[in-house]
This record gives sequence, C-alpha cells and structure tokens, in this order.
Amino acid sequence: MESAQDLELELLVEAIYHSYHYDFRSYARASLRRRLQVAMQRFGCTSLSQLQGRVLHESEIFGELLEYLTVQVSDMFRDPSYFLALREKVVPLLRTYPSLKIWIAGCSTGEEAYSMAILLREEGLLDRSLIYATDINPNALRRAEAGIYDVAKVPDFTSNHRRSGGRSSLSDYYSAAYDRIILDKSLRKHIVFSDHSLATDSVFAEMQLVSCRNVLIYFDRALQSRALDLFYEALCRRGFLGIGLRESLRFSSHADAFAEFVREDRIYQKTGGL
Amino acid sequence: MSWPGRRIDAIAIGASFGGVEALKHVLPALPAGLPVAVFVVLHLPRERESLLGEIFAPLCALRVREVMDKDAVVPGSIYFAPPSYHLLIDRGPQLALSMDDPVEFSRPSVTVLFESVAAVYAEHALGLILTGAGGDGAEGLAAIQREGGLAVVQQPASARMPNMPASALQRISADYVLTLDEIMTLFQSLPTQAQP
Repeated sequence: MESAQDLELELLVEAIYHSYHYDFRSYARASLRRRLQVAMQRFGCTSLSQLQGRVLHESEIFGELLEYLTVQVSDMFRDPSYFLALREKVVPLLRTYPSLKIWIAGCSTGEEAYSMAILLREEGLLDRSLIYATDINPNALRRAEAGIYDVAKVPDFTSNHRRSGGRSSLSDYYSAAYDRIILDKSLRKHIVFSDHSLATDSVFAEMQLVSCRNVLIYFDRALQSRALDLFYEALCRRGFLGIGLRESLRFSSHADAFAEFVREDRIYQKTGGL
Repeated sequence: MSWPGRRIDAIAIGASFGGVEALKHVLPALPAGLPVAVFVVLHLPRERESLLGEIFAPLCALRVREVMDKDAVVPGSIYFAPPSYHLLIDRGPQLALSMDDPVEFSRPSVTVLFESVAAVYAEHALGLILTGAGGDGAEGLAAIQREGGLAVVQQPASARMPNMPASALQRISADYVLTLDEIMTLFQSLPTQAQP
C-alpha cells in the first residue's frame, strides 16, 4: 500500500530527526508533503530522496528547509470573534487572579502574542500578566521578538482589532517607519519568546490560559493528543484553552476534563483535576 | 454518456466565478447511496463561504458534512473546503487542513486539494474543473491524471467563466470535456450501492 513517495517522506523525517533533532515524524502527512514539494522546487530536487541527501550532507540548507516546514504567516487579532469572546467572557474570570500566565503555543512570528498583550493592556491586566510565546522555529522567534511587521498589513490588523472589541486605537501600540511598523516595547516586556516543541518538550509553568490555534491541524492524531495533554497539565483548574475554529479536543485523553466555554469560538474550560 | 466502469471512491471538484450556479446543477445529480466522497473547493468572497452548507444540503441526496480537521472521510458525503483553509485529504482517508500560503492566489486552492486526493485515491479519483477565473486546479488535475485518476473538465465555451477550465485543458488532455448537462448525466450514471 505504501508508495515509494510515502516511504521517501518517512525516511526524510527520520533523517531530520536523527541529524537535527527536529521531530516531524507525527506531522500530518498531506500538509507536510505539500510543504516538502515546495521546498523540493526551491532546492532544485526532483525527489525527496535527493532532498534527503542534501539535508544530510549540507547542514546549512537545513535552516532554510526548516522555514518551509514551519513558518506560518499570521495576522494580528485573526478571527476577531475569538478575541471578542476572550475579552467579554474569559477576561472577567481572569481578573480574579492576582497574576496571570498565558501560553501562546506555536506563536510563529508573534502576531497573536502581541494581540493578546494589547487586549490585556486594554483590559487593565497586562501589568500582572506574563505571556509565554513558544515555537520551534528560531527564525520566527527572532522576528517575533523584533515585533516588526509590514505596514501593508496594518489595515487588516486595524479592522480585526476593531472587530475584536478593541477599546483603543491600534496605532497607539506601534510606530511606523517607511514600509514597516514596530510594536511598542512596553508590550514586549510582558512576553517571553522561547523555543519549545509540542512534540518533544514538556510543561514549564502553570497557566490560566493557553491559546493554540491552527497549530494542531499540522499534527497527526497522536501528536494532537500529546499537545492537548500538555495543555491539560499546564492549565490550572478552571483555566482556559482556545483552539482553532476547525480543531477539536477529541484526540486528547483528557477530553472529558474540558467543558465548552464559548462553543462557537472553540474556547474550553478545564473542569477536572486538582 | 456511459460510465467507464472503474470504481470511483472520490470526486474532487474545483470551481471559482460562477461556481455556485454550476454546483447547483452538478451536486444534486449525485444519486442517493453513492458510495463516493465528494470534496469541493469553491473560491468565494470570505463572507459567503460559510453559507455553502445551508445552500447545498437541502438540494443534495448526499449528506453535506462540516469539515473538521482529522475527521474520517465518510463515503456518501459532500465536504466543502472551509473559508481561508486549504483542504487536503490524508491517508485513512481523513480530512486535513492547512493555513499555508495561498497557491495560485487561492486559499482554499483547488490544486492543493487535488494533489492530496491524487496521492490518496490514485486511479479511484475523479477530478472535475468547473467555471472560473484564473488557473487554479490545472496542476492538481494533472496530478490526478498522473496517478491514474480521471480528469474531467467543463467545456470552456459552456462555462460562465471559461478561464479555469481552459487553463486545465492547456495543461493536460482531459479524459472528458463536458457540458454541465453531460456532467449531470455522467454523475447520475455512477454505480450506487444497494441501500441497507
């Protein structure tokens, strides 16, 4: 049943794991195959075996391949209704904690982490909040830390922010220069960007809110289960979990320990455990 | 129009401008009990796409199902790619989604769907390109044909917008080039399963 192309893909992800310790072995095959096809074109390879040879023997191209395998372009306040639901329904409960820890898992280039920081500032909670924003791609993390985005995206960001119930003007949080915007350093102070793999690393702090949206879609069921179990362990009792609009908790061994909190925006509350 | 006699497990359809009207002809022609999964990418302005289920469910004998990531594919169902996501089919077969960059300026992209369908269903896939602007789907239809599946294209002159079918025909020599009426006849002739 397994085709030569399937086998080549398995061998390539094994090679990457053993040589570079990046674990794509439980990534969903269809989207991984698509990303590798684009990379093959970029590197002028006609087969995955050929690409594997280059990756093994030319370590400098692995960094570039990693971009093809991981980088996600995002928006600020993507899915405004999600942020509106956080603002209206979750924030009132977050206010009851003396300090807040929030985990943006799979933060890519940082748009969601900064969106969360702006939302918390508007709600008067940022000063007692620490946002952990994690990803496996070191380049994406560097860009996230810089907080610099294309000015062409500002109209979309602004519209999303307004629809998310933003109480202030998004322009209060960035300065523009030439074709870029740079986000306010005072937001950055409340965000810790760090390298963390949902495939191989473990829990590092207790959280009141975990937001991991459109990351699970790239994982197979087993890795989804692992990631969701990490979120379960990381969350305090009655903590909140937000996932993507087309994702679900059903592969988690703790699915029963989460109650739907805002169903249409895929926000859950941990009910079980201690 | 007679059926070529091979088993078809998946029908993948791509459409753009004029696609809703074309699909209103084509999808209701699929008979009840057809043991085939139908995957549709329709390029639409974002705010309209979420209504596709409501528009098509009452018209179709097959069941229109909401796409959730990693759901097992159920034969006899119609799946529309959700707004702003690529829809792919993975081994299982199961549904997979991605938010990777647009392909051919499109997300969802017809080519992304078709290439994944070709890899999973091989000669048991049928790809169909309907009316639309742009060239999305041509590469994907070529992949379906390369893996042994059937390539069907709406006759460009009969399409509301001929570009997308014409691009597909520039890329490959299709197994069938048909009008909407002929596609309906073809679909009606697909072998169904006796209902239990």
